[in-house]
Amino acid sequence: MTTYQEFIQQNEDRDGVRFSWNLWPSSRLEATRLVVPVSCLFTPLKERPDLPPVQYEPVLCSRANCKAQVDFRAKIWACNFCFQRNPFPPSYAGISEVNQPAELMPQFSTIEYIVQRGPTAPLIFLYVVDTCLEEEDLQALKESLQMSLSLLPPNALVGLITFGRMVQVHELSCEGIAKSYVFRGTKDLNSKQIQEMLGLTKPTAQGQPGRPAAPQDAASTCRFLQPVHRVDMNLTDLLGELQRDPWPVPQGKRPLRSTGVALSVAVGLLEGTFPNTGARVMLFIGGPPTQGPGMVVGDELKTPIRSWHDIQKDNARHLKKATKYYEALANRSAVNGHSIDIYACALDQTGLLEMKCLSNLTGGHIVMGDSFNTSLFKQTFQRVFSKDLNGDFRMAFGGVLEVKTSRELKVSGAIGPCVSLNAKGSCVSENEMGIGGTTQWKVCGLNPSTTLGLYFEVVNQHNAPIPQGGRGAIQFVTQYQHSNTQRRIRVTTIARNWADAQSQIQLIESSFDQEAAAVLMARLGVFRAESEEGPDVLRWLDRQLIRLFMFHLRRSPFLQVFNNSPDESSYYRHHFVRQDLTQSLIMIQPILYSYSFYGPPEPVLLDSGSILPDKILLMDTFFQLVIYHGETIAQWRKAGYQDMAEYENFKQLLQAPLDDAQEILQTRFPMPRYVDTEHGGSQARFLLSKVNPSQTHNNLYAWGQETGAPILTDDVSLQVFMDHLKKLAVSTFF
Amino acid sequence: MNVNQHTPMASPYGQPPPGYAQPGYSPLDGGYQAPYPSYNGPASAYQPGAPPQGYSPFTSFPSKAVAANPVSDLSSPLDLGPTRGPPSSAAPPVSAPQPYSQYSQGQGSVQNGPPPMTQAPQRPPVSQPYHQGAVNMSGPPQSSYPQHYGPPPTIQQVSNQMGGMQINAGPPTAARPGYAPPHSAPPPASTPYTAAPPSYSQAPPSFSHAPLPVSSAPTQPPLPPPSNAPPTAPPSTQQQQYYGGPTPAQQPYPSSIPPTSQPQFTSAPPQQLPPQPQFTTAPPQQPPPPSQPHFTSTHPQPPQPQSYPPSSYSGPTQPPPPQVSQALQQQPPSFQSPPLSQQPFSSASTAPPPAGPPGYAPGQSPRPPPATQGQFPPPPTSQPGAFPPTSTQSGQFLSGPMPPLPPQSQTQPPHPQSQSQPSPYHSGPQMPPMSMQQSNHMPPSSQGPPPPMGPPGPLQQQQQQQQQQQPPPPQPGMPAGYPPQQNGAYGQVRGPQPGYPGPYSGPQNYGGPAQAPGPAAQKRLDPDAIPSPIQVIEDDKAKSTEPFTTGVRGQAPPLVTTTFSVRDQGNASPRFVRCTAYNMPCTADMAKQSQVPLAAVIKPLAILPPDETPPYVVDHGEPGPIRCNRCKAYMCPYMQFIEGGRRFQCGFCSCVTEVPPHYFQHLDHTGKRVDCYDRPELSLGSYEFLATVDYCKNNKLPQPPAFIFLIDVSYNAVKSGMVNIVCQELKTLLDYLPRENPEADSVVRVGFVTYNKVLHFYNVKGSLAQPQMLVVSDVSDMFVPLLDGFLVNVNESRQVIESLLDQIPDMFADTRETETVFGPVIQAGLEALKAADCAGKLFIFHTSLPIAEAPGKLKNREDKKLVGTDKEKSLFQPQGSFYNTLAKDCVAQGCCVDLFLFPNQYVDMTTLGVVPVSTGGSVYKYTYFQAATDQERFLNDLRRDVEKPMGFDAVMRVRTSTGIRATDFFGSFFMSNTTDVELAGLDCDKAITVEFKHDDKLSEDTGALMQCAVLYTSCSGQRRLRVHNMAVNCCSQLADLYRNCETDTIINYFSKFAFRGVLNHPTKTVRDTLVNQCAQILACYRKNCASPSSAGQLILPECMKLLPVYLNCVLKSDVLLPAADVSLDDRAYLRQFISSMDVTETHVFFYPQLLPLTNLDSSSLPVAIRASEERLSKGGVYILETGLHLFLWVGASVQQELLQNLFGTPSFSQIDASMTSLPVLDNPFSKRLREIISNFRAQRPRYMKLMVVKQEDHSELIFRHFLVEDKSASGGASYVDFLCHMHKEIRQLLS
Repeated sequence: MTTYQEFIQQNEDRDGVRFSWNLWPSSRLEATRLVVPVSCLFTPLKERPDLPPVQYEPVLCSRANCKAQVDFRAKIWACNFCFQRNPFPPSYAGISEVNQPAELMPQFSTIEYIVQRGPTAPLIFLYVVDTCLEEEDLQALKESLQMSLSLLPPNALVGLITFGRMVQVHELSCEGIAKSYVFRGTKDLNSKQIQEMLGLTKPTAQGQPGRPAAPQDAASTCRFLQPVHRVDMNLTDLLGELQRDPWPVPQGKRPLRSTGVALSVAVGLLEGTFPNTGARVMLFIGGPPTQGPGMVVGDELKTPIRSWHDIQKDNARHLKKATKYYEALANRSAVNGHSIDIYACALDQTGLLEMKCLSNLTGGHIVMGDSFNTSLFKQTFQRVFSKDLNGDFRMAFGGVLEVKTSRELKVSGAIGPCVSLNAKGSCVSENEMGIGGTTQWKVCGLNPSTTLGLYFEVVNQHNAPIPQGGRGAIQFVTQYQHSNTQRRIRVTTIARNWADAQSQIQLIESSFDQEAAAVLMARLGVFRAESEEGPDVLRWLDRQLIRLFMFHLRRSPFLQVFNNSPDESSYYRHHFVRQDLTQSLIMIQPILYSYSFYGPPEPVLLDSGSILPDKILLMDTFFQLVIYHGETIAQWRKAGYQDMAEYENFKQLLQAPLDDAQEILQTRFPMPRYVDTEHGGSQARFLLSKVNPSQTHNNLYAWGQETGAPILTDDVSLQVFMDHLKKLAVSTFF
Repeated sequence: MNVNQHTPMASPYGQPPPGYAQPGYSPLDGGYQAPYPSYNGPASAYQPGAPPQGYSPFTSFPSKAVAANPVSDLSSPLDLGPTRGPPSSAAPPVSAPQPYSQYSQGQGSVQNGPPPMTQAPQRPPVSQPYHQGAVNMSGPPQSSYPQHYGPPPTIQQVSNQMGGMQINAGPPTAARPGYAPPHSAPPPASTPYTAAPPSYSQAPPSFSHAPLPVSSAPTQPPLPPPSNAPPTAPPSTQQQQYYGGPTPAQQPYPSSIPPTSQPQFTSAPPQQLPPQPQFTTAPPQQPPPPSQPHFTSTHPQPPQPQSYPPSSYSGPTQPPPPQVSQALQQQPPSFQSPPLSQQPFSSASTAPPPAGPPGYAPGQSPRPPPATQGQFPPPPTSQPGAFPPTSTQSGQFLSGPMPPLPPQSQTQPPHPQSQSQPSPYHSGPQMPPMSMQQSNHMPPSSQGPPPPMGPPGPLQQQQQQQQQQQPPPPQPGMPAGYPPQQNGAYGQVRGPQPGYPGPYSGPQNYGGPAQAPGPAAQKRLDPDAIPSPIQVIEDDKAKSTEPFTTGVRGQAPPLVTTTFSVRDQGNASPRFVRCTAYNMPCTADMAKQSQVPLAAVIKPLAILPPDETPPYVVDHGEPGPIRCNRCKAYMCPYMQFIEGGRRFQCGFCSCVTEVPPHYFQHLDHTGKRVDCYDRPELSLGSYEFLATVDYCKNNKLPQPPAFIFLIDVSYNAVKSGMVNIVCQELKTLLDYLPRENPEADSVVRVGFVTYNKVLHFYNVKGSLAQPQMLVVSDVSDMFVPLLDGFLVNVNESRQVIESLLDQIPDMFADTRETETVFGPVIQAGLEALKAADCAGKLFIFHTSLPIAEAPGKLKNREDKKLVGTDKEKSLFQPQGSFYNTLAKDCVAQGCCVDLFLFPNQYVDMTTLGVVPVSTGGSVYKYTYFQAATDQERFLNDLRRDVEKPMGFDAVMRVRTSTGIRATDFFGSFFMSNTTDVELAGLDCDKAITVEFKHDDKLSEDTGALMQCAVLYTSCSGQRRLRVHNMAVNCCSQLADLYRNCETDTIINYFSKFAFRGVLNHPTKTVRDTLVNQCAQILACYRKNCASPSSAGQLILPECMKLLPVYLNCVLKSDVLLPAADVSLDDRAYLRQFISSMDVTETHVFFYPQLLPLTNLDSSSLPVAIRASEERLSKGGVYILETGLHLFLWVGASVQQELLQNLFGTPSFSQIDASMTSLPVLDNPFSKRLREIISNFRAQRPRYMKLMVVKQEDHSELIFRHFLVEDKSASGGASYVDFLCHMHKEIRQLLS
């Protein structure tokens, strides 16, 4: 074990875990004093190409699944969470010191099992398509959808629901006449009604109501979800013939869009046919829901869609009702393990604020764009179906994350794209942080980067010291449906040393993971921001933390709603609570690279001082990728020097950031908004709004210097912030 | 008014009358006049008014209720005044003859009522048969008569009449052999009356006895009298003949009747006088109105109505006393005259009278009543003639009966001959009657005397028999009533019959019956002696040869059964509007007293025959149609232009309105606008306005309408083959959507929906390669899932539509879904129309009770135990209010619903029919539908329903002149207020019956005006206003009212009224109400318009003589009196179906047309026979048609050759009774029959499935159900029984 840095890195690589503290204070009191709770970022499906899944069932402690301390002679093992002694199952008869099963090897702190029992269900993709689009948009969307069909595995089930004023569920198995079931866009239907109306009640009448319909059964009975290979042509034709919503839209009105009912039908359909099976509802919308349940805004154009201003004034009449409606849907969907993606492409808001829970609770994606006819959407959508080295989709379904702790620890909660399963247990803390009160969470949609923040509480009493060298253990058990339809269980077991805060404070301090702590605290902040007023959250955060990056966090769209629409805020927050640590850091503090003739590209401070005429800047904020050409560079480019053979180097300079950006674009999901701008360009605002305004029109003295560009803002600069912070820190702490 | 109306008719008549009258009658006239005046006295006596007043009234009567008056006169005199008084007795005889004549003529109707024969005879006979004058009544008939009688006949007739007259007067006894004696002894007459009562009383069934005697007497008398009178001997023979001939016929039929009649007759003989009087009375009444004039005209002087009426009146009452013989004679003439007048009534109710009056007037003026009386004696010759005429009239009656006398026809070839002969005598059309008549005539003319002779005997016998038998015949409960009634009927019937046939068939009939009865079994009224619908129909046909011109106010049009052409001269064609009364009472009191319903049956979009011009379309330009400022009536011929044409005064409300400048036109010297004849709205009764945008919903011109086909695809529908058939048919049918311009494509758009528990909409947009199905499962909250592509133009989407229709049967071939919805189906169509913002029509093809969970779900509530209880009405009320609300919404959108039902079990027709009925739609029902046998019918119905022209989103408003207003409406429509009839759809077959009530007094000068305006959207999407104007006369005398009624229309009203009544009252109450009202109508007539007579007499107004038989048919209908095997659905179906029927349809529906297929050579249809099993011959083939059903009845012993020709098989047993169409065989008979059948089908709005009924086959039970004159399996009374019952009711009212 070398440095903490390496240790942390190694842990992350191996287990996808980053703790805020790598030595744990041994008592509750001490832990509380540390302000930053014992917590971790956990990436359940961290890609581990080197980790072969084992083909057998995990051995379970009669009370829990544990990493065993094996007594080879006695053929029993003790669970190190509950200390129960368990015999090995018969299949372990051959183990010995030289022939250990994988879970007993130290390097296999993370093990993936493949569960053999139970039926395997095919992947299900249900497209829910808004037809109230411009012709051009609809065409692009249709193409994207048709393209996606070719990406699906042949045995995947697909379904199609289109909606506008009405909601149509298309039957895919029919020959000749194209059939679809139509629902009124204004009527809230419960799941039973929907299934009755779709004629899905008979199968349940035959089978046991509680049991999910067997796949083959369902495939034959459910005319709406059919294997791709069987209905490929049908569906392609169907999509091809898809028309814009034919109902006339009068002057001054929005088209009537029954998003709420469409989702309700989609959820109801899956609920009735494939409960507890991985499924993905993909909602494509080109505008806000304007009628029926889940309506976000009326169809009168003269009434604009709600803004933060309206919300603060409590002027958003549909907000609460719609949010409640979608939350109910999301919960239903989550219970059945179906995730919901939202692909919203419109210039105006589309109601993401209300609908965000659909994705947040079910682990679905949210993608926001201006138009379906942009590469942002097209490539993002394509990337949804990206595959890993084994040719499997980088997605998993129906995940259940269970956390087990040794008895000195308890689980306070989790923050991420999950819902509570309300599994009470001995290790549930009364002190909730995030989604608490449980040891199990359902994560309906998972991908390799999905990261949850988990918060723990040290419950060991001050007067019951832990013996020196004692270790606390945490085990993460993730059951999920792999994209190749296998059910798998990934078990990650973590152990950390206890440290006495009074005697070993330095050790504890040195074990502090600043980045992880920042992200974890940010998540807490965002989580609070979702439910509380912005300023309150900021104040809470200020009280809690004093670190550099907090300056940027305070300015980030995750906590600040200024200049952002409610939809954008929702969008940003959505991604913040699910990305891994690196990405999260980028979101909090964008990265700025500077390219110049004077040397290789170098990261520079996110400061207005970095904006220089002869530099090219590349800023990555996760959501945006901005290439900024300094004033001089821009002039040169305009003059066309790059096209001259003698200025080959200039051409290379121009090309360098483009290449780097391309690299980022290739991997990032969702596709960031790519901006290529220059000094004075209108889109330079993306850069200017992020940098530290060390020079503003307020401190004109800086004007004379040639160190950067002034920013027109009233925000305080980092310098001012730090000064202020120091004062506060001194006064508070001492 | 009547006069005016009559005038047209009269003129022809008048002309002939003069000739006739002058020649033969002149003497009579004198005589008549005298008697009449004298009668008048009595008449007055009858009526409260003083005798003199009586005259005046009579005069009025003659014109109006001449028939009645005469009859009444005659009878009344006889009965009342004379009756008791010896002179009266004398009078009675006279009257008796008169009555006969009258009966035959005018009152023939009344009495005709009883004798079917009489009816027919009445008209023809009255006018024609009797006197040429009578003939005059009907122009043609007259001619014919003249021709036939011409020299000889006339003379003969005259002579006969004279004889009759004489007989009546002097020889009455002689006149009617049997009667004659009585007659001769006027006292007897009185005695008869008196006696009659006793005798009747004796026969407790006073009715039977009295009436019978009366009837018998009349019948016999007429026959006998006329004939008898002249030839004493003949009567006897005739009588014999009567007995002989009639007996057979009668025996079979109204065994009871004959007896009664016979008894009467017999009694008459013994009590000759009584019977006669009765007869006379009866006849007089009938004859009086029409007959009188005619008679007067025809007869020497009888022609002179005035004289007649008075004479008749006076005659009956007073004259008789003074101058027995004269009185008698006079009376007869008077009677005769009445008949004439009656004839006019019958023919053109009004026309005759006028003619009559003129004639009378002259006659009278020249010859004072007394003179006439005095003359009468001389006229006797003429009288006989008159009698004959009367007799002829009666003969007509008889003839009516005669024809019925199947025996003759069957057995005797003479029928044809006789028929033909009679025809000449009578208007001619009455073939069967003719025969009877002929026979009658024959006897009278030649055997005048004999018949009488015979009659008496027979009569006596009959009476005796009746007395004896009557009691038995009458059914339990009924017995007394029936017998009496029967008697009455008989009496009358026979009276008329005798009168007419007296000479002719009379004898035969009587003879027949008499004999038969004598023999035995006839205890009942002779069916042949009671008014025959066939006779009336045929008479009317014969009479209506000239185009009917609508210009004369208050003129009743020909019957619906008559083929005639119409010239619009300012009033709406009867094809559009028919009224129950063309002479409305002036005051509410009168209306209330008479109880005659004042109603009009309006068929706004009726299709006119090709030779009549459809209503012109008038465009008044931007400002829209010119209307009265106050009442908003549209410009019409009743608007009076004043002040040089600058203003016009509304004929309805009298408000003066400025004429807009662009419409100004100068007036000519008569005050008419110069451009009067250039503008349809100023000269025609029916026309259309182009509506402006102000008349449109939302002030927006309407979109072209749409048709939506909604097809049940549940298991039953698929299995029965319905789905397949509909889909196949629609492919071709779509080329025949209604259009106004045959050249252009229809602008009607179409849409398709299938459904079971859920609904499937189809997107058939032309640009699609394949249709798309959109399933809507949310039936609880129906909506339309698509807009674009649902309603399409056929030509643009033909490929897709055909593809769809090809695939629908396949798609649902394996369906196992048995549950259906219904409410949401209508909602779907409604929503679709709403979405498309247009009116339209839904065609729903449905199979079962909608039990699937959805709005409008129904439960099976069929409970036969409720039938007949007070709760029965609940079965006719829809379940819940859902469909009512839905119907309201449909109407608001102009969504008309046509329902094609294919039930295999109870479907709650009542509830399912709510929306169709309220939206002006139709319901078609194919119980136990099987593709093989019902396909043809269904497809033809469907084709017609799709193709027929119709209007959408219509509103009808009926405006009337001050004094009356439309108070009630019957039909398929919805009303949200009390005046606007809203029809989501209005097709060419739908009629609306409108009832009027007084809210003030009407004026005789202006008459009563009504304007029916229908605002609708044509099938090309044009907004239009169709206006029908109708003016009728007003009268202050009840007699006028009774002369100008139309029974068919009254029945239409009654049936609709009653069928609506079952919603709120037990059916028994409804039936009783009907009977009561009918009885009141007739009693009112009897009391106020007919001459006083024995209560035992049944006296019917000429134009209502069929009221009892038709009413009985209504009472016996499945709705009011269901047989055990009639399902609730069927009843509800009929109930709803009839609500939108026009008069033509109700007529044939209630009284089916039964044609013997014996001789199909001629291009015309064979003459129908009465709907009674007794008329069927084992050796014959008959076709029966009701507008809904079509039967081919094959007798068990039909000739092989005929079978070969018809079915291609020589054996009766090899006939396939399940065939629905006749084999196509290449022989004239087969061709002709198939042609007839196809003609029938073309005439009716519903396609009739042919059902072959083999005699004695089990299917004959169904067939028998439509023999409406017979007792029905459900307990409905036979015609004869009902007539007796009715008579009883009337008597009760009178007492």
